[in-house]
Amino acid sequence: MQSSLNKTFFYNAGDMVAFMARFFREVFKPPYEFREILYQCYLVGYKSTFLIGLTGFIMGVVLAIQTRPSMAGFGAISLIPGMVSVSVIREIGPVITAIICAGKIGSRMGAELGSMRVTEQIDAMEVSAINPYRYLVVTRTLATTLMVPLLAIYADIIALYGGYIAMNIHDKTSLQHFFVAAMHHLEFIDVVPAIIKTFFFGWVIGIIGCYKGYNARRGTESVGIAANSAVVASSLAVFIIDLIAAQITDLIS
Amino acid sequence: MKEENNDIDPKETAPEEPTPGETPPTTTPDPNLQPTEPEPAASGKGEPIIVIKGLHKSFKDHDVLRGVDMYVYKGENLVILGKSGSGKSVLIKCMVALETPDAGTIEIFGQDISQLNYDELNAMRVRIGFLFQNSALYDSMTVRENLAFPLRQHKKTMSREKTDSTIMEMLDNVGLADSIDQMPSKLSGGQNKRIGLARTLILRPQIMLYDEPTTGLDTGTAREISDLICKMKDKYKISSVTITHDMPCAKATADRIVMMRDGAVYAEGSYDELERSEDEWIRSFFY
Repeated sequence: MQSSLNKTFFYNAGDMVAFMARFFREVFKPPYEFREILYQCYLVGYKSTFLIGLTGFIMGVVLAIQTRPSMAGFGAISLIPGMVSVSVIREIGPVITAIICAGKIGSRMGAELGSMRVTEQIDAMEVSAINPYRYLVVTRTLATTLMVPLLAIYADIIALYGGYIAMNIHDKTSLQHFFVAAMHHLEFIDVVPAIIKTFFFGWVIGIIGCYKGYNARRGTESVGIAANSAVVASSLAVFIIDLIAAQITDLIS
Repeated sequence: MKEENNDIDPKETAPEEPTPGETPPTTTPDPNLQPTEPEPAASGKGEPIIVIKGLHKSFKDHDVLRGVDMYVYKGENLVILGKSGSGKSVLIKCMVALETPDAGTIEIFGQDISQLNYDELNAMRVRIGFLFQNSALYDSMTVRENLAFPLRQHKKTMSREKTDSTIMEMLDNVGLADSIDQMPSKLSGGQNKRIGLARTLILRPQIMLYDEPTTGLDTGTAREISDLICKMKDKYKISSVTITHDMPCAKATADRIVMMRDGAVYAEGSYDELERSEDEWIRSFFY
Protein backbone atom coordinates (compact mmCIF):
# COMPACT_ATOMS: atom_id res chain seq x y z
CA MET A 1 0.00 0.00 0.00
CA GLN A 2 2.75 2.42 1.07
CA SER A 3 4.88 1.37 -1.88
CA SER A 4 1.97 1.98 -4.24
CA LEU A 5 1.41 5.45 -2.79
CA ASN A 6 5.11 6.27 -3.15
CA LYS A 7 5.03 5.03 -6.74
CA THR A 8 2.00 7.22 -7.51
CA PHE A 9 3.61 10.23 -5.84
CA PHE A 10 6.86 9.90 -7.78
CA TYR A 11 5.00 9.17 -11.00
CA ASN A 12 2.86 12.31 -10.57
CA ALA A 13 5.87 14.41 -9.59
CA GLY A 14 7.80 13.21 -12.64
CA ASP A 15 4.81 13.82 -14.86
CA MET A 16 4.44 17.38 -13.55
CA VAL A 17 8.14 18.14 -14.03
CA ALA A 18 7.96 16.82 -17.61
CA PHE A 19 4.87 18.98 -18.21
CA MET A 20 6.68 22.06 -16.85
CA ALA A 21 9.82 21.33 -18.86
CA ARG A 22 7.73 21.07 -22.02
CA PHE A 23 6.73 24.72 -21.52
CA PHE A 24 10.32 25.85 -22.16
CA ARG A 25 10.54 23.70 -25.28
CA GLU A 26 7.28 24.99 -26.71
CA VAL A 27 7.37 28.67 -25.71
CA PHE A 28 10.03 29.69 -28.22
CA LYS A 29 8.67 27.65 -31.14
CA PRO A 30 6.56 29.41 -33.76
CA PRO A 31 3.74 29.87 -34.50
CA TYR A 32 3.20 32.31 -31.66
CA GLU A 33 -0.40 32.64 -30.55
CA PHE A 34 -0.30 36.40 -29.89
CA ARG A 35 -4.05 36.80 -30.19
CA GLU A 36 -4.75 34.11 -27.60
CA ILE A 37 -2.00 35.43 -25.30
CA LEU A 38 -3.57 38.90 -25.41
CA TYR A 39 -7.01 37.47 -24.73
CA GLN A 40 -5.68 35.50 -21.76
CA CYS A 41 -3.86 38.62 -20.48
CA TYR A 42 -7.21 40.42 -20.63
CA LEU A 43 -8.91 37.61 -18.67
CA VAL A 44 -6.12 37.25 -16.13
CA GLY A 45 -5.18 40.90 -15.77
CA TYR A 46 -8.04 43.23 -16.54
CA LYS A 47 -10.75 40.93 -15.16
CA SER A 48 -8.90 40.67 -11.84
CA THR A 49 -8.29 44.37 -11.28
CA PHE A 50 -11.37 44.99 -9.13
CA LEU A 51 -10.75 42.03 -6.81
CA ILE A 52 -7.03 42.70 -6.50
CA GLY A 53 -7.63 46.43 -6.02
CA LEU A 54 -10.22 45.89 -3.31
CA THR A 55 -8.03 43.36 -1.51
CA GLY A 56 -5.02 45.65 -1.78
CA PHE A 57 -6.98 48.57 -0.37
CA ILE A 58 -8.24 46.53 2.61
CA MET A 59 -4.71 45.19 3.15
CA GLY A 60 -3.28 48.71 3.39
CA VAL A 61 -6.08 49.96 5.66
CA VAL A 62 -5.84 47.00 8.04
CA LEU A 63 -2.05 47.14 8.19
CA ALA A 64 -2.04 50.86 9.04
CA ILE A 65 -4.81 50.49 11.63
CA GLN A 66 -3.30 47.42 13.29
CA THR A 67 0.22 48.82 13.58
CA ARG A 68 -0.82 52.27 14.82
CA PRO A 69 -1.20 51.35 18.55
CA SER A 70 2.24 49.72 18.69
CA MET A 71 3.88 52.58 16.78
CA ALA A 72 2.08 55.13 18.96
CA GLY A 73 3.45 53.33 22.04
CA PHE A 74 6.98 53.99 20.78
CA GLY A 75 6.09 57.52 19.67
CA ALA A 76 6.87 56.47 16.12
CA ILE A 77 3.65 57.32 14.28
CA SER A 78 5.68 59.00 11.56
CA LEU A 79 7.18 55.61 10.73
CA ILE A 80 3.79 54.08 9.81
CA PRO A 81 4.06 54.98 6.08
CA GLY A 82 7.48 53.36 5.91
CA MET A 83 6.33 50.29 7.79
CA VAL A 84 3.29 49.91 5.55
CA SER A 85 5.31 50.37 2.37
CA VAL A 86 8.06 47.92 3.31
CA SER A 87 5.54 45.27 4.49
CA VAL A 88 3.30 45.66 1.48
CA ILE A 89 5.94 45.87 -1.21
CA ARG A 90 8.32 43.23 0.16
CA GLU A 91 5.84 40.61 1.19
CA ILE A 92 2.14 41.18 1.60
CA GLY A 93 1.36 42.70 -1.81
CA PRO A 94 3.02 39.98 -3.93
CA VAL A 95 1.91 37.07 -1.76
CA ILE A 96 -1.72 38.15 -1.30
CA THR A 97 -1.98 38.95 -5.01
CA ALA A 98 -0.55 35.55 -5.88
CA ILE A 99 -2.88 33.73 -3.49
CA ILE A 100 -5.91 35.52 -4.90
CA CYS A 101 -4.74 34.75 -8.43
CA ALA A 102 -4.21 31.11 -7.48
CA GLY A 103 -7.80 30.99 -6.28
CA LYS A 104 -9.36 32.96 -9.09
CA ILE A 105 -7.21 32.16 -12.10
CA GLY A 106 -5.73 28.78 -11.14
CA SER A 107 -9.16 27.32 -10.46
CA ARG A 108 -10.54 28.78 -13.69
CA MET A 109 -7.74 27.27 -15.73
CA GLY A 110 -8.05 23.92 -13.97
CA ALA A 111 -11.79 23.79 -14.55
CA GLU A 112 -11.65 25.13 -18.11
CA LEU A 113 -8.98 22.74 -19.34
CA GLY A 114 -10.46 19.90 -17.31
CA SER A 115 -13.80 20.48 -18.97
CA MET A 116 -12.11 20.62 -22.37
CA ARG A 117 -10.38 17.32 -21.63
CA VAL A 118 -13.60 15.65 -20.49
CA THR A 119 -15.57 16.84 -23.53
CA GLU A 120 -12.74 15.76 -25.87
CA GLN A 121 -12.06 19.32 -27.07
CA ILE A 122 -8.34 18.84 -26.38
CA ASP A 123 -8.41 15.57 -28.33
CA ALA A 124 -10.22 17.42 -31.13
CA MET A 125 -7.33 19.90 -31.32
CA GLU A 126 -4.84 17.05 -31.29
CA VAL A 127 -6.48 15.22 -34.21
CA SER A 128 -6.81 18.50 -36.13
CA ALA A 129 -3.00 18.73 -35.95
CA ILE A 130 -3.22 21.74 -33.64
CA ASN A 131 -0.76 21.57 -30.74
CA PRO A 132 -3.08 21.89 -27.73
CA TYR A 133 -0.19 22.40 -25.32
CA ARG A 134 1.04 25.41 -27.23
CA TYR A 135 -2.40 26.86 -27.79
CA LEU A 136 -3.82 26.25 -24.32
CA VAL A 137 -0.98 25.88 -21.85
CA VAL A 138 1.74 28.16 -23.21
CA THR A 139 -0.64 31.06 -23.80
CA ARG A 140 -2.25 30.83 -20.36
CA THR A 141 1.02 30.39 -18.51
CA LEU A 142 2.61 33.31 -20.35
CA ALA A 143 -0.41 35.45 -19.51
CA THR A 144 -0.19 34.70 -15.79
CA THR A 145 3.59 35.17 -15.82
CA LEU A 146 3.18 38.63 -17.30
CA MET A 147 0.02 39.73 -15.50
CA VAL A 148 0.65 38.64 -11.89
CA PRO A 149 3.63 41.06 -11.51
CA LEU A 150 1.51 43.91 -12.92
CA LEU A 151 -1.34 43.01 -10.58
CA ALA A 152 1.07 42.87 -7.64
CA ILE A 153 2.42 46.36 -8.45
CA TYR A 154 -1.15 47.59 -8.81
CA ALA A 155 -2.06 45.99 -5.44
CA ASP A 156 0.98 47.64 -3.82
CA ILE A 157 -0.07 51.09 -5.00
CA ILE A 158 -3.69 50.64 -3.90
CA ALA A 159 -2.53 49.23 -0.54
CA LEU A 160 -0.36 52.29 0.06
CA TYR A 161 -3.32 54.48 -0.74
CA GLY A 162 -5.40 52.41 1.74
CA GLY A 163 -2.67 52.98 4.33
CA TYR A 164 -2.88 56.73 3.69
CA ILE A 165 -6.68 56.69 4.16
CA ALA A 166 -6.38 54.66 7.39
CA MET A 167 -3.70 56.96 8.76
CA ASN A 168 -5.99 59.93 8.24
CA ILE A 169 -8.62 58.41 10.52
CA HIS A 170 -6.62 59.45 13.59
CA ASP A 171 -3.86 61.62 12.24
CA LYS A 172 -3.67 64.22 9.53
CA THR A 173 -1.20 63.81 6.71
CA SER A 174 -1.16 64.77 3.05
CA LEU A 175 -1.04 62.18 0.28
CA GLN A 176 2.24 63.63 -0.94
CA HIS A 177 3.80 63.52 2.52
CA PHE A 178 2.60 59.96 3.08
CA PHE A 179 4.05 58.71 -0.20
CA VAL A 180 7.35 60.57 0.29
CA ALA A 181 7.67 59.02 3.76
CA ALA A 182 6.74 55.60 2.39
CA MET A 183 9.28 55.74 -0.46
CA HIS A 184 11.98 57.09 1.84
CA HIS A 185 12.10 53.76 3.67
CA LEU A 186 12.21 51.63 0.55
CA GLU A 187 15.47 50.31 -0.83
CA PHE A 188 16.48 48.52 -3.99
CA ILE A 189 16.58 45.19 -2.14
CA ASP A 190 12.96 45.70 -1.05
CA VAL A 191 11.57 46.31 -4.50
CA VAL A 192 13.47 44.30 -7.10
CA PRO A 193 13.41 40.80 -5.51
CA ALA A 194 9.72 41.33 -4.69
CA ILE A 195 8.94 42.04 -8.33
CA ILE A 196 11.13 39.20 -9.59
CA LYS A 197 9.39 36.66 -7.37
CA THR A 198 5.98 37.68 -8.72
CA PHE A 199 7.05 36.42 -12.17
CA PHE A 200 7.69 33.02 -10.58
CA PHE A 201 4.37 33.21 -8.74
CA GLY A 202 2.59 33.91 -12.01
CA TRP A 203 4.37 31.10 -13.80
CA VAL A 204 3.56 28.44 -11.20
CA ILE A 205 -0.06 29.54 -10.94
CA GLY A 206 -0.46 29.22 -14.71
CA ILE A 207 1.46 26.00 -15.21
CA ILE A 208 -0.08 24.18 -12.23
CA GLY A 209 -3.61 25.29 -13.14
CA CYS A 210 -3.05 24.08 -16.69
CA TYR A 211 -1.39 20.84 -15.57
CA LYS A 212 -4.30 19.91 -13.34
CA GLY A 213 -6.87 20.65 -16.03
CA TYR A 214 -4.92 19.21 -18.94
CA ASN A 215 -4.45 15.91 -17.13
CA ALA A 216 -7.97 15.63 -15.76
CA ARG A 217 -9.39 12.16 -16.08
CA ARG A 218 -12.64 11.46 -17.85
CA GLY A 219 -15.82 12.31 -16.00
CA THR A 220 -17.38 15.49 -14.69
CA GLU A 221 -16.15 14.88 -11.16
CA SER A 222 -12.58 15.27 -12.36
CA VAL A 223 -13.30 18.86 -13.44
CA GLY A 224 -14.05 19.83 -9.85
CA ILE A 225 -11.04 17.90 -8.62
CA ALA A 226 -8.82 19.63 -11.19
CA ALA A 227 -10.05 23.09 -10.14
CA ASN A 228 -9.69 22.32 -6.46
CA SER A 229 -6.26 20.73 -6.66
CA ALA A 230 -5.03 23.55 -8.91
CA VAL A 231 -5.79 26.06 -6.15
CA VAL A 232 -4.26 23.94 -3.39
CA ALA A 233 -1.10 23.06 -5.32
CA SER A 234 -0.47 26.53 -6.73
CA SER A 235 -1.06 28.23 -3.34
CA LEU A 236 1.41 25.85 -1.74
CA ALA A 237 3.89 26.48 -4.56
CA VAL A 238 3.55 30.25 -4.03
CA PHE A 239 4.50 29.89 -0.35
CA ILE A 240 7.43 27.62 -1.18
CA ILE A 241 8.75 30.09 -3.77
CA ASP A 242 8.25 32.91 -1.27
CA LEU A 243 10.32 31.01 1.29
CA ILE A 244 13.10 30.42 -1.23
CA ALA A 245 12.96 34.06 -2.37
CA ALA A 246 13.20 35.25 1.26
CA GLN A 247 16.30 33.13 1.80
CA ILE A 248 17.94 34.35 -1.39
CA THR A 249 17.11 37.99 -0.61
CA ASP A 250 18.50 37.53 2.89
CA LEU A 251 21.72 36.10 1.49
CA ILE A 252 22.08 38.95 -1.01
CA SER A 253 21.38 41.69 1.52
CA MET B 1 -18.80 -10.69 -54.06
CA LYS B 2 -18.69 -13.67 -51.75
CA GLU B 3 -21.23 -16.44 -52.11
CA GLU B 4 -23.80 -16.94 -49.46
CA ASN B 5 -23.53 -20.11 -47.42
CA ASN B 6 -26.78 -20.97 -45.72
CA ASP B 7 -25.90 -24.58 -45.02
CA ILE B 8 -23.96 -23.87 -41.89
CA ASP B 9 -25.52 -24.80 -38.61
CA PRO B 10 -25.08 -21.80 -36.30
CA LYS B 11 -25.09 -24.04 -33.22
CA GLU B 12 -22.07 -25.91 -34.53
CA THR B 13 -20.17 -22.84 -35.56
CA ALA B 14 -20.98 -20.17 -32.96
CA PRO B 15 -17.75 -19.37 -31.12
CA GLU B 16 -17.49 -19.69 -27.41
CA GLU B 17 -17.06 -16.47 -25.39
CA PRO B 18 -13.37 -16.08 -24.60
CA THR B 19 -12.39 -15.80 -20.98
CA PRO B 20 -10.54 -12.59 -19.99
CA GLY B 21 -6.94 -12.67 -21.12
CA GLU B 22 -7.59 -15.48 -23.57
CA THR B 23 -7.22 -14.91 -27.30
CA PRO B 24 -10.64 -14.98 -28.92
CA PRO B 25 -11.49 -17.44 -31.68
CA THR B 26 -9.86 -16.52 -34.94
CA THR B 27 -12.45 -18.22 -37.10
CA THR B 28 -15.94 -17.00 -37.75
CA PRO B 29 -19.00 -19.19 -37.96
CA ASP B 30 -19.54 -18.54 -41.61
CA PRO B 31 -16.49 -19.09 -43.87
CA ASN B 32 -17.87 -16.51 -46.30
CA LEU B 33 -17.79 -13.84 -43.61
CA GLN B 34 -14.25 -14.43 -42.44
CA PRO B 35 -11.91 -11.45 -42.53
CA THR B 36 -10.07 -11.35 -45.83
CA GLU B 37 -6.69 -10.12 -46.97
CA PRO B 38 -6.64 -6.89 -49.01
CA GLU B 39 -7.24 -7.47 -52.68
CA PRO B 40 -4.52 -6.37 -55.09
CA ALA B 41 -4.78 -3.01 -56.83
CA ALA B 42 -5.54 -4.79 -60.10
CA SER B 43 -8.85 -5.97 -58.64
CA GLY B 44 -10.27 -2.51 -59.34
CA LYS B 45 -10.68 -1.51 -55.72
CA GLY B 46 -7.35 0.28 -55.69
CA GLU B 47 -4.70 0.18 -52.97
CA PRO B 48 -5.87 0.02 -49.38
CA ILE B 49 -5.15 3.39 -47.76
CA ILE B 50 -5.42 2.09 -44.21
CA VAL B 51 -3.83 -1.23 -43.31
CA ILE B 52 -3.99 -2.46 -39.73
CA LYS B 53 -2.02 -5.55 -38.76
CA GLY B 54 -1.99 -7.46 -35.48
CA LEU B 55 -3.13 -4.55 -33.33
CA HIS B 56 -3.09 -5.16 -29.59
CA LYS B 57 -4.05 -2.72 -26.87
CA SER B 58 -4.71 -3.27 -23.22
CA PHE B 59 -5.48 -1.02 -20.27
CA LYS B 60 -3.88 -2.50 -17.16
CA ASP B 61 -5.09 -6.12 -17.13
CA HIS B 62 -7.91 -5.58 -19.58
CA ASP B 63 -7.19 -6.55 -23.19
CA VAL B 64 -9.23 -4.24 -25.40
CA LEU B 65 -7.78 -5.08 -28.80
CA ARG B 66 -6.49 -8.60 -29.40
CA GLY B 67 -4.79 -8.76 -32.76
CA VAL B 68 -6.98 -6.70 -35.07
CA ASP B 69 -6.29 -6.97 -38.79
CA MET B 70 -8.19 -4.58 -41.04
CA TYR B 71 -7.85 -2.54 -44.20
CA VAL B 72 -9.76 0.28 -45.87
CA TYR B 73 -9.79 0.92 -49.61
CA LYS B 74 -9.68 4.35 -51.17
CA GLY B 75 -13.17 5.73 -51.63
CA GLU B 76 -15.02 3.16 -49.56
CA ASN B 77 -16.92 3.59 -46.33
CA LEU B 78 -16.02 0.85 -43.92
CA VAL B 79 -18.40 0.45 -41.01
CA ILE B 80 -17.09 -1.17 -37.85
CA LEU B 81 -19.94 -2.77 -35.94
CA GLY B 82 -19.75 -4.12 -32.47
CA LYS B 83 -21.34 -4.00 -29.09
CA SER B 84 -20.20 -1.68 -26.31
CA GLY B 85 -16.78 -2.65 -25.01
CA SER B 86 -15.75 -4.48 -28.17
CA GLY B 87 -12.82 -2.09 -28.72
CA LYS B 88 -14.25 -0.06 -31.63
CA SER B 89 -13.54 3.38 -30.19
CA VAL B 90 -10.06 2.43 -29.01
CA LEU B 91 -9.32 1.13 -32.50
CA ILE B 92 -10.39 4.36 -34.20
CA LYS B 93 -8.40 6.41 -31.67
CA CYS B 94 -5.32 4.32 -32.44
CA MET B 95 -5.76 5.33 -36.09
CA VAL B 96 -5.16 9.00 -35.22
CA ALA B 97 -2.58 8.23 -32.53
CA LEU B 98 -4.80 9.38 -29.68
CA GLU B 99 -4.06 5.97 -28.21
CA THR B 100 -0.80 4.11 -28.66
CA PRO B 101 -1.14 0.41 -29.45
CA ASP B 102 0.92 -2.10 -27.45
CA ALA B 103 1.72 -4.14 -30.56
CA GLY B 104 0.88 -4.21 -34.25
CA THR B 105 1.04 -1.60 -36.97
CA ILE B 106 -1.26 0.94 -38.57
CA GLU B 107 -0.27 2.12 -42.01
CA ILE B 108 -2.08 5.09 -43.45
CA PHE B 109 -1.20 6.27 -46.96
CA GLY B 110 1.62 3.72 -46.79
CA GLN B 111 3.22 5.22 -43.69
CA ASP B 112 3.43 3.42 -40.36
CA ILE B 113 2.07 6.04 -37.97
CA SER B 114 4.06 4.71 -35.02
CA GLN B 115 7.26 5.64 -36.89
CA LEU B 116 6.27 9.26 -37.50
CA ASN B 117 7.66 12.13 -35.43
CA TYR B 118 5.29 14.78 -34.07
CA ASP B 119 5.46 17.05 -37.12
CA GLU B 120 5.06 14.16 -39.56
CA LEU B 121 2.15 12.85 -37.52
CA ASN B 122 0.48 16.26 -37.64
CA ALA B 123 0.99 16.43 -41.40
CA MET B 124 -0.79 13.06 -41.56
CA ARG B 125 -3.56 14.20 -39.23
CA VAL B 126 -4.43 17.11 -41.50
CA ARG B 127 -5.38 14.49 -44.11
CA ILE B 128 -7.62 12.65 -41.64
CA GLY B 129 -10.84 14.06 -40.22
CA PHE B 130 -12.26 12.80 -36.94
CA LEU B 131 -15.85 13.37 -35.86
CA PHE B 132 -16.19 12.77 -32.14
CA GLN B 133 -19.18 11.10 -30.58
CA ASN B 134 -20.13 14.28 -28.70
CA SER B 135 -18.94 16.55 -31.56
CA ALA B 136 -16.26 18.13 -29.29
CA LEU B 137 -17.00 21.66 -30.49
CA TYR B 138 -15.00 24.38 -28.73
CA ASP B 139 -17.69 25.68 -26.42
CA SER B 140 -16.05 29.06 -25.84
CA MET B 141 -16.21 29.83 -29.59
CA THR B 142 -19.09 30.59 -31.92
CA VAL B 143 -19.85 28.29 -34.85
CA ARG B 144 -17.92 30.66 -37.15
CA GLU B 145 -14.89 30.64 -34.84
CA ASN B 146 -15.06 26.85 -34.51
CA LEU B 147 -14.75 26.53 -38.28
CA ALA B 148 -12.24 29.34 -38.66
CA PHE B 149 -9.93 27.94 -35.97
CA PRO B 150 -8.44 25.02 -37.97
CA LEU B 151 -8.17 27.24 -41.04
CA ARG B 152 -6.33 29.91 -39.06
CA GLN B 153 -3.93 27.27 -37.76
CA HIS B 154 -3.22 25.49 -41.03
CA LYS B 155 -3.90 27.98 -43.82
CA LYS B 156 -2.30 31.13 -42.51
CA THR B 157 -2.06 32.78 -45.91
CA MET B 158 -5.75 32.36 -46.66
CA SER B 159 -7.48 35.71 -47.06
CA ARG B 160 -10.35 36.73 -44.81
CA GLU B 161 -12.79 36.63 -47.75
CA LYS B 162 -11.68 33.15 -48.73
CA THR B 163 -11.92 31.99 -45.11
CA ASP B 164 -15.46 33.37 -44.83
CA SER B 165 -16.54 31.79 -48.11
CA THR B 166 -15.05 28.41 -47.11
CA ILE B 167 -16.88 28.54 -43.79
CA MET B 168 -20.15 29.41 -45.55
CA GLU B 169 -19.66 26.60 -48.07
CA MET B 170 -19.17 24.07 -45.28
CA LEU B 171 -22.15 25.34 -43.32
CA ASP B 172 -24.27 25.22 -46.48
CA ASN B 173 -23.18 21.60 -46.93
CA VAL B 174 -24.60 20.70 -43.55
CA GLY B 175 -27.61 23.02 -43.88
CA LEU B 176 -26.73 25.28 -40.97
CA ALA B 177 -25.62 28.54 -42.56
CA ASP B 178 -28.08 30.42 -40.36
CA SER B 179 -26.34 29.26 -37.19
CA ILE B 180 -23.00 30.84 -38.04
CA ASP B 181 -22.95 33.23 -35.07
CA GLN B 182 -24.54 30.90 -32.53
CA MET B 183 -22.73 29.36 -29.60
CA PRO B 184 -22.62 25.51 -29.65
CA SER B 185 -24.52 25.41 -26.34
CA LYS B 186 -27.51 27.00 -28.10
CA LEU B 187 -27.70 24.25 -30.72
CA SER B 188 -29.26 20.80 -30.54
CA GLY B 189 -27.26 17.56 -30.48
CA GLY B 190 -27.93 16.93 -34.16
CA GLN B 191 -26.93 20.48 -35.09
CA ASN B 192 -23.76 20.17 -33.05
CA LYS B 193 -22.96 16.96 -34.89
CA ARG B 194 -23.39 18.71 -38.24
CA ILE B 195 -21.21 21.62 -37.18
CA GLY B 196 -18.62 19.10 -35.97
CA LEU B 197 -18.75 17.48 -39.40
CA ALA B 198 -18.39 20.85 -41.14
CA ARG B 199 -15.43 21.75 -38.93
CA THR B 200 -13.75 18.45 -39.69
CA LEU B 201 -14.34 18.72 -43.43
CA ILE B 202 -13.10 22.28 -43.68
CA LEU B 203 -9.49 21.07 -44.03
CA ARG B 204 -10.62 18.74 -46.86
CA PRO B 205 -9.41 15.46 -45.34
CA GLN B 206 -8.96 12.40 -47.52
CA ILE B 207 -10.14 10.03 -44.80
CA MET B 208 -12.98 10.62 -42.34
CA LEU B 209 -13.28 8.72 -39.09
CA TYR B 210 -16.73 8.84 -37.49
CA ASP B 211 -17.04 7.77 -33.87
CA GLU B 212 -20.67 6.78 -33.21
CA PRO B 213 -22.08 9.56 -35.44
CA THR B 214 -25.72 8.83 -34.69
CA THR B 215 -25.55 7.90 -31.02
CA GLY B 216 -27.92 9.90 -28.84
CA LEU B 217 -29.91 11.29 -31.77
CA ASP B 218 -33.56 10.68 -32.60
CA THR B 219 -34.35 8.44 -35.58
CA GLY B 220 -34.99 11.31 -38.01
CA THR B 221 -31.85 13.24 -37.09
CA ALA B 222 -29.79 10.04 -37.16
CA ARG B 223 -31.02 9.40 -40.70
CA GLU B 224 -30.09 12.96 -41.69
CA ILE B 225 -26.57 12.49 -40.33
CA SER B 226 -26.23 9.16 -42.19
CA ASP B 227 -27.37 10.85 -45.41
CA LEU B 228 -24.92 13.65 -44.80
CA ILE B 229 -22.06 11.16 -44.38
CA CYS B 230 -22.95 9.61 -47.77
CA LYS B 231 -23.34 13.03 -49.39
CA MET B 232 -19.97 14.27 -48.15
CA LYS B 233 -18.31 11.03 -49.22
CA ASP B 234 -19.61 11.43 -52.77
CA LYS B 235 -19.00 15.17 -52.96
CA TYR B 236 -15.43 15.21 -51.65
CA LYS B 237 -14.42 11.64 -52.63
CA ILE B 238 -13.58 10.77 -49.04
CA SER B 239 -12.77 7.32 -47.70
CA SER B 240 -14.28 6.78 -44.30
CA VAL B 241 -14.43 4.54 -41.30
CA THR B 242 -17.60 4.66 -39.24
CA ILE B 243 -17.84 3.19 -35.77
CA THR B 244 -21.41 2.42 -34.83
CA HIS B 245 -23.85 -0.02 -33.36
CA ASP B 246 -26.76 1.74 -35.06
CA MET B 247 -27.96 -0.63 -37.81
CA PRO B 248 -29.89 1.95 -39.90
CA CYS B 249 -26.73 4.07 -39.99
CA ALA B 250 -24.65 1.04 -40.97
CA LYS B 251 -27.13 0.13 -43.70
CA ALA B 252 -27.23 3.65 -45.09
CA THR B 253 -23.49 4.29 -45.11
CA ALA B 254 -21.61 0.99 -45.37
CA ASP B 255 -19.85 -0.30 -48.45
CA ARG B 256 -18.37 -3.02 -46.27
CA ILE B 257 -18.87 -3.97 -42.65
CA VAL B 258 -16.39 -5.39 -40.18
CA MET B 259 -17.90 -6.82 -37.01
CA MET B 260 -15.82 -6.74 -33.85
CA ARG B 261 -16.26 -8.95 -30.87
CA ASP B 262 -14.11 -8.92 -27.73
CA GLY B 263 -11.36 -6.91 -29.34
CA ALA B 264 -10.98 -8.93 -32.52
CA VAL B 265 -12.52 -9.00 -35.97
CA TYR B 266 -15.33 -11.54 -35.90
CA ALA B 267 -16.90 -11.25 -39.34
CA GLU B 268 -16.70 -9.18 -42.46
CA GLY B 269 -18.95 -8.62 -45.44
CA SER B 270 -21.55 -6.39 -47.00
CA TYR B 271 -24.70 -5.46 -45.09
CA ASP B 272 -26.75 -7.97 -47.09
CA GLU B 273 -24.25 -10.77 -46.59
CA LEU B 274 -24.16 -10.26 -42.85
CA GLU B 275 -27.91 -9.93 -42.66
CA ARG B 276 -28.26 -13.36 -44.24
CA SER B 277 -25.82 -14.97 -41.82
CA GLU B 278 -27.19 -17.67 -39.59
CA ASP B 279 -24.77 -17.00 -36.79
CA GLU B 280 -26.76 -16.04 -33.71
CA TRP B 281 -24.38 -13.35 -32.56
CA ILE B 282 -24.39 -11.65 -35.97
CA ARG B 283 -28.14 -11.99 -36.27
CA SER B 284 -28.58 -10.29 -32.90
CA PHE B 285 -27.59 -7.03 -34.58
CA PHE B 286 -30.18 -7.34 -37.30
CA TYR B 287 -33.21 -8.70 -35.53
